[in-house]
Amino acid sequence: MILPWITASVILVALVVYAILGGADFGGGLWDLLASGPRARRQRELITEAIAPVWEANHVWLIVVIVLLFTCFPLAFSVISISLHVPLALMLLGIVMRAAAFVFRHYDVAAPDPVQRTWGQLFAWSSIITPFFLGTAIGAVSLGSIRVEDEVVLTGYFGPWFRPFPVTVGVFTLVLFAFLAAVYLTKETRDPELQEDFRDRGLMAQLWVVVLAILAAFANRADAAHVQLFRGVWPWIFVVLGLVLAAAVSFALYRRRYTWARVLAASEVATIVIGWGAAMVPYMIAPDVTIEEAAAPPHVHLLILTVLFVGAFTLVPSLVWLYRIFKREPIFEELEQERERV
Amino acid sequence: MDSEEGAYLKPVDDVLFARLQMAFSLGFHIVFAAIGIAMPLLMVFAERLWMKTGDREYYELTKAWAKGTAILVAIGAASGTVLSFELGLLFPTFMRHAGPVISMPFSMEGFAFFAEAIFLGIYLYAWNRISPRLHILSGVLVALAGALSAVFVITANAWMNYPKGFRIAEDGTFTDISPVSAMLNPYAIHEIAHMLVAAYLSTGILVAAIHAFILLRRPTSTIHRKAFGLAMAMVIPTAILQPVVGDLSARQVARYQPLKFAAMEGQFRTEAHAPLRLGGIPDPEAMETRWALEVPGFLSFLGYGRASAEVKGLEEWPREDWPHPVIVHLGFQIMVICGLVLLAVALWALFHWLFKGRRLPDSRPFLWATVIAGPLGMIAIEAGWIVTEVGRQPWVIYEIMRTKESATPMPGMIVPFIVTLLVYLGLSAAVILVMYRQIRIGPGVPGAAVPAGGKAK
Repeated sequence: MILPWITASVILVALVVYAILGGADFGGGLWDLLASGPRARRQRELITEAIAPVWEANHVWLIVVIVLLFTCFPLAFSVISISLHVPLALMLLGIVMRAAAFVFRHYDVAAPDPVQRTWGQLFAWSSIITPFFLGTAIGAVSLGSIRVEDEVVLTGYFGPWFRPFPVTVGVFTLVLFAFLAAVYLTKETRDPELQEDFRDRGLMAQLWVVVLAILAAFANRADAAHVQLFRGVWPWIFVVLGLVLAAAVSFALYRRRYTWARVLAASEVATIVIGWGAAMVPYMIAPDVTIEEAAAPPHVHLLILTVLFVGAFTLVPSLVWLYRIFKREPIFEELEQERERV
Repeated sequence: MDSEEGAYLKPVDDVLFARLQMAFSLGFHIVFAAIGIAMPLLMVFAERLWMKTGDREYYELTKAWAKGTAILVAIGAASGTVLSFELGLLFPTFMRHAGPVISMPFSMEGFAFFAEAIFLGIYLYAWNRISPRLHILSGVLVALAGALSAVFVITANAWMNYPKGFRIAEDGTFTDISPVSAMLNPYAIHEIAHMLVAAYLSTGILVAAIHAFILLRRPTSTIHRKAFGLAMAMVIPTAILQPVVGDLSARQVARYQPLKFAAMEGQFRTEAHAPLRLGGIPDPEAMETRWALEVPGFLSFLGYGRASAEVKGLEEWPREDWPHPVIVHLGFQIMVICGLVLLAVALWALFHWLFKGRRLPDSRPFLWATVIAGPLGMIAIEAGWIVTEVGRQPWVIYEIMRTKESATPMPGMIVPFIVTLLVYLGLSAAVILVMYRQIRIGPGVPGAAVPAGGKAK
């Protein structure tokens, strides 16, 4: 049965793209909260303008993940839905509040200052809780803390995720997304001072990413109920690759090669997510739900893969157009000028 | 307490709260979804008129409507995400079995959703970055993708009402799954038509009401006169079309779900020459619907085309299979009444336009009528979905899987329900507040300068 493996790989790719694109939008929220110094207001504006045209499209990748999960791996979806109800519900709360707070802050410009500040705070905090609970859920499915027998979930509603490893992965995800956002933001402006602000933040965040990755690895050792994530040689290859890329991003930031930093940072995050996927094989939810057990009948996979293939012909050109318009060159300063002209 | 066998043993209250949470989430989302379908169309109309006439007011109107669209669609997208997760969080056993069967519309919906988000981003933020023709094209694509998303999601809902494309094996699992057959569902056609027309109608009348309200205070504002005219141009045809589509829907329900039909109409006894009941309160104990205005034989005629046709009453089915007769009947009545009021407003406007020199009425009584009718479209949508969804109970997959068998085993479901309720109530209040301020600083309102440092887009 090769088809479920292809679909599972597509899910992993969608998760990678969600992390690389959507993740950075959430990471911006942390920098919004931590905006400081003489340029705090402009830092916030830069974050807003960078996110505004693309965040809704970036968010759809999560929908792709969830739809592929429930159509092609319904057993995994129902087990995750039952066991991780609480963190997923809190993640959804974050998603809704982030969307609402973002558009309110962006458009409710006639609001009195305290209201505007409330929207800002809400945007920042909801951007923080969403990746945390997403990471927690991912940590929980990797740990072996969810037990299933005959499609019945045996474990509870808090135990599988409210423990050291999933919570560490939650914090790691938050820091990882913040790191991405900082690196990307250096390419969103032509203002050297703003670039410096986010260069410093990117370097600091990269350090935190490495620290939390090490912490997560130890937490996995100590906390792993039934399976270790680091089995065999494959995970270690990704660990080494990830560390090399981390060093390369730091070097590019240090030398102010922001275009390179952007590409390398995205590659680093992709390496981490793909490495996680490789370490998970053959499980979808370790240790009781494997990819093959969770899979819908093969012809369903074939149909859905066909839909995805055909759909990609509309999706890819549209996405390329979107990113060509907004992300090829920094447009923040142009936008500021346009605003002054109005 | 419910004492069913084995795995499904759980307090009924938890199922009730799961259902209420789903109902509330859907009820919240559907308003934004409807606006997301229809508002881009209005926006594109206004932009097209600006390109054609060069009239600056149409440009300002397009900008103002685009801002409203940006806010409301964002909340629609987020609350839609919540729903796709909630299907599993609240009814995991349903998704465990239904997921692969309804996989086609859901996976296609993903692409429609992508198109909507991508081209909305381009439409809203690339005014000065692409040619006017590409800009309006991206607006058209947003409108199309919004409608297409609705088509796919409603197709999935139609399957819950008329499940096909699978077989139940002896151990209760779904086998011989055919997602294509599940998608090509005769029940989907009327649901899609009814909802799409409803989306354009309800959004149109809501927008018309807002501009009518401003016109009442500022009768000379030409921009609001234009906005009002555009919105009414969407209301008039859809309000006239909707009773026809609604009639088709009722006949489909009568054909495929006679039990739901009986509950909608408050029909307890099986009878020929069944009367159409306007209003009335069904009394399940006495097995009759009291205080209804009855039109003899008309229900038989509407459902089956002949006044002598037999209409099956609720009595034909065991009590445990009934949907809640009072909620379903009242929901249906509310929907119909709202639709009729909207039809009256539309006909008023249409006759004025036809016989008073091709102009829409702008007398104060008509403007007031529009203002009052403003929320009725959305109320009708809510009531209509209550009829569809509560009317499907006690089944989550009609006559295949009961809702209580599909609900999550998680206890304490009152907690997520209360949180959902509070969050959505708070969000509703915030949306109303923000939209109110948008309208106050909107075009055509003198003295509404954007504060310094503000972002006038």
